[in-house]
Amino acid sequence: MVLKGFRSGVTFWIVAVMLDGCGSPPNNPYPAAEALKNILYTSFEERPKHLDPARAYSANELEIIAQVYEPPLQYAYLQRPYQLEPLAALQLPTVTYLDHNGEVLADNALEATIAYSVYDIDLRQDLAYQPHPAFVQTGEAAYRFHDLSAKDLEGIERLQDFDAVASRPVTADDYLYQIKRLAHPEVHSPVAEMMADLIVGLRPLGERLALDFEARRKQGGWLDLRPYPLEGVEVLNEHHFKIKIKGKYPQFRFWLAMPFFAPMPFEADAFYAQPRLKAKNITLDWYPVGSGPFQLTENNPNRRMVLERNPHYHEELYPSAGEPSDQALGLLKDRGQRLPLMDQVIFVLEKETIPYWSKFLQGYYDASGLASDNFDQAIQFSGVGQAELTEDLLLKGIHLDTAVTASILYLGFNMQDPVVGGLDPGPTRLRQAISLAIDEEEFIAIFMNGRGVPAQGMLPPGIFGYLEGEAGMNPLVYDWVMGSPKRKPLLEAERLLKEAGYPHGIDPKTQQPLVLYLDTTMSGADDKPLLNWYRKQLAKIGLQLVLRTTDYNQFQQKMANGNAQLFRWGWNADYPDPENFFFLLYGENAKASKGGENAANYRNPEFDRWFLAMRSMDDDEKRLEIIQKMQAIVRHDAPWVFGVHPKSFSLRHAWYQNYKPNLMANNGLKYLRIDAALRAERRAEWNRPIYWPLALGLVLFIALLWPAFWAYRLRMRSPAR
Amino acid sequence: MSAYLLRRLLTTVPLLIGINLLTFVLFFVINSPEDMARMHLGQKHVTQEGIAKWTHERGYDLPLFYNGKAEGLEVLTKTIFVEKSLGLFLFRFGHSDAGRDIGADIRQRMGPSLAIAVPSLIVGLLMDISLALLLVFFRLTYLEVWGAALCIMLMSISTLFYIIGGQFLVGKCLQWVPISGYDSGLEAIRFIVLPVLIGTLAGVGSGVRWYRTLFLEEIEQDYVRTARAKGLSEAKVLTVHVLKNAMIPILTGVVVVLPLLFTGSLLTESFFAIPGLGSYTIDAINQQDFAIVRAMVFLGSFLYILGLLLTDISYMLVDPRVRLQD
Repeated sequence: MVLKGFRSGVTFWIVAVMLDGCGSPPNNPYPAAEALKNILYTSFEERPKHLDPARAYSANELEIIAQVYEPPLQYAYLQRPYQLEPLAALQLPTVTYLDHNGEVLADNALEATIAYSVYDIDLRQDLAYQPHPAFVQTGEAAYRFHDLSAKDLEGIERLQDFDAVASRPVTADDYLYQIKRLAHPEVHSPVAEMMADLIVGLRPLGERLALDFEARRKQGGWLDLRPYPLEGVEVLNEHHFKIKIKGKYPQFRFWLAMPFFAPMPFEADAFYAQPRLKAKNITLDWYPVGSGPFQLTENNPNRRMVLERNPHYHEELYPSAGEPSDQALGLLKDRGQRLPLMDQVIFVLEKETIPYWSKFLQGYYDASGLASDNFDQAIQFSGVGQAELTEDLLLKGIHLDTAVTASILYLGFNMQDPVVGGLDPGPTRLRQAISLAIDEEEFIAIFMNGRGVPAQGMLPPGIFGYLEGEAGMNPLVYDWVMGSPKRKPLLEAERLLKEAGYPHGIDPKTQQPLVLYLDTTMSGADDKPLLNWYRKQLAKIGLQLVLRTTDYNQFQQKMANGNAQLFRWGWNADYPDPENFFFLLYGENAKASKGGENAANYRNPEFDRWFLAMRSMDDDEKRLEIIQKMQAIVRHDAPWVFGVHPKSFSLRHAWYQNYKPNLMANNGLKYLRIDAALRAERRAEWNRPIYWPLALGLVLFIALLWPAFWAYRLRMRSPAR
Repeated sequence: MSAYLLRRLLTTVPLLIGINLLTFVLFFVINSPEDMARMHLGQKHVTQEGIAKWTHERGYDLPLFYNGKAEGLEVLTKTIFVEKSLGLFLFRFGHSDAGRDIGADIRQRMGPSLAIAVPSLIVGLLMDISLALLLVFFRLTYLEVWGAALCIMLMSISTLFYIIGGQFLVGKCLQWVPISGYDSGLEAIRFIVLPVLIGTLAGVGSGVRWYRTLFLEEIEQDYVRTARAKGLSEAKVLTVHVLKNAMIPILTGVVVVLPLLFTGSLLTESFFAIPGLGSYTIDAINQQDFAIVRAMVFLGSFLYILGLLLTDISYMLVDPRVRLQD
């Protein structure tokens, strides 16, 4: 029976190999017919929760929808520092300032006099939506798929199952519709509250929508937003609209580069509001309708998501200018080419890093991040501490791209805490001593494989206000030695501790080491080394650190109530402006009292004053000067131990071209090029199945059975027991 | 028998209510709706108003078990427990916290789970029984000793090791099949070969030992001695008489796991990126989508109870001596 099972197993294998098609390696997870196609293969670990542009905010969601939706602006792909350029708009919006009476003010008007800012947006006239069933009409204002019966939906399980699609031009009304959706009670946009405070008339609209939505909750159906007026958005004609916001907020232009401000056709909203479609999980949150370079033609979160070229995408060309080094790096080879350069992008479900890495090395993924599991296999450090690829990877033609992210990881102090909080000299010295004792360079070396830059203040490199060299160093923690910052000796921390009233870390009240508490969600076995490391850092200056581990929700609650003492936190920039970092310590954003993002509950009137002045300024010398003042204040007050700006390491194969790390733009897939012929060649070279172990296995199996067979014969011939 | 079945079916109702109550307490008392909202709304720009809206929208702002503000029967029905749990008994799983229809997702994901679980069960069963018979056939020889030792060794290795080792050896070094992934139709075969092979190998140690014990018990019976006395070969004795008589525990052991095949394997599906119900549950736990977790716990419990019921019935069908009575 075993032999028979084995034979059938071998047959199975042969069939499987044959099924794979001609010439394609049997371990190729994709159909052989795709081998030479202009397709990029990447992966997703977890299905994105939301693909609705009013809701999506996390990186894995934006990775998809930023290719589908087109807000008015985008970040220039190759330019650094990051700068905005028009996308759906014809040019960057013009901004007009108004006083309380609606009178136009000069561009350099004092901020106090500015009651409103009006963003004037002119749209391109060649914008059009992807083909979609929501647009199919049977007559004037009559839509074929907007009132589907159960019978109509027989056989329809996915959006692709509809037998007709249509398109239409994008209009300014669609932008207005989307802005209204930000206030829709059912949408739960993460920026609803923020935008309600900003866009004139959005809050009252939200309140009115909430009432109407509640009233018609039972009857269900579509809540058409078109009849609801929104004071702050004025549509002048089909391709021209204005957004009126309160006060002066220059950072609003960055929000115009996010999908929150992409157009939404009312037809899509009406189409997806049908309960029968919702029951089949055909929703706007699942099947986006955009005018961007790609359309999501398949969304099977259980297996894969497919972005395909949008046939109605307007003319957009590959940039012809960038940084000086871009030419040499081959990033301008495609200048003037029409975008997108690829036909398809396939996101394959891959939940674990080990198989992902193996498939990347086999050439089945075009690019890869770098998990700690495979770090040693991929990276080695040169004599000068430079990260380099290992020889194996270099031989495969793999490239390494690194970039410091626009983010910061820090250890925060709760400034309301009686021991570590407050701006008095005692607790300030204590925080400064701790800042000095925690060796971030060691942290980066041990826990991040060198993938990080010690933070010298609040701003990461690449953000306006960040200074290189000695000028940008935190002088309370570092000395400038031989051209680089060097952490001050621990004696300095001990001196500060003594001044704080804790000589050698001893609390005079108890005559015991001062006990501090770190609230954290890290409770797994893998987290122990890190937590122990924190203990040791504080023990170096005689302080005792006690860990209070809680689950994520309880931790959030503690933070919201201001009950933590020390905590680890981080921030990823929404946009490349110093305001998006400094607002994390602005007093009016205190988490405990105002529910804002200032988790440390820091409040320094001088810092707040500078913040208010800085946030509405243009990037000039004066702003730079104020930023340095603010950096000096927070370095002195030390509400955070400025931790690390993580460095992203990404690997890509030789056939993956035009890639330049852009940590602000999410819509970069349209610029990428794949050399499919080179990829197919490399895949064939790297994937040659080895079949001889099958034959060896067969021989071994027979060799094992042979003595068994003899034993059986002997048994049969021996007298019965 | 029908009275017995009816009684068993009726006992499942309080059992399921109990399970439901337990999972409800676990998820809603330990993790409040506000916590869920915070988890779902993300970390940036989350306001108290946003949390309140989220909980209201999903009906999580109702009292847990008793609604003092309601009137009549609504004091009990206008509660989270009834609104979120009653539908489960009618297999109406409702919507996930992210807004998707859970029933539709379950129907869609059942196929891939079965595509792995059914072949794994069949191949594993055939392999285990064949090897166990072989060991029994060569009992008291070096083959049995070494075979049993090998079984213990195989049992002692973690499933994770089989998975990672299998992917490394078969997918990466020998390059016979894709390391992970899934496809529909016939294309799926290439993707399920490795998980089925690994699933079989991972279970072979314990399976062979279990079946060997069953066969050894049978081989000491009088009817075996009679069969040998009739002059039947040892192979025939084992494959015809011993195997047939050992089928009762084998069959019942298989029947009990049959319904659970639907729920898939958490680890295998995760490592092989199989879009089944196992990975669905894992994802829901990671995303704290308790509507899905609750539905899956309920479904798992229901299928387990169903498995036990089927076991009883199968006992009666294969062994006429067994009667299901009060």
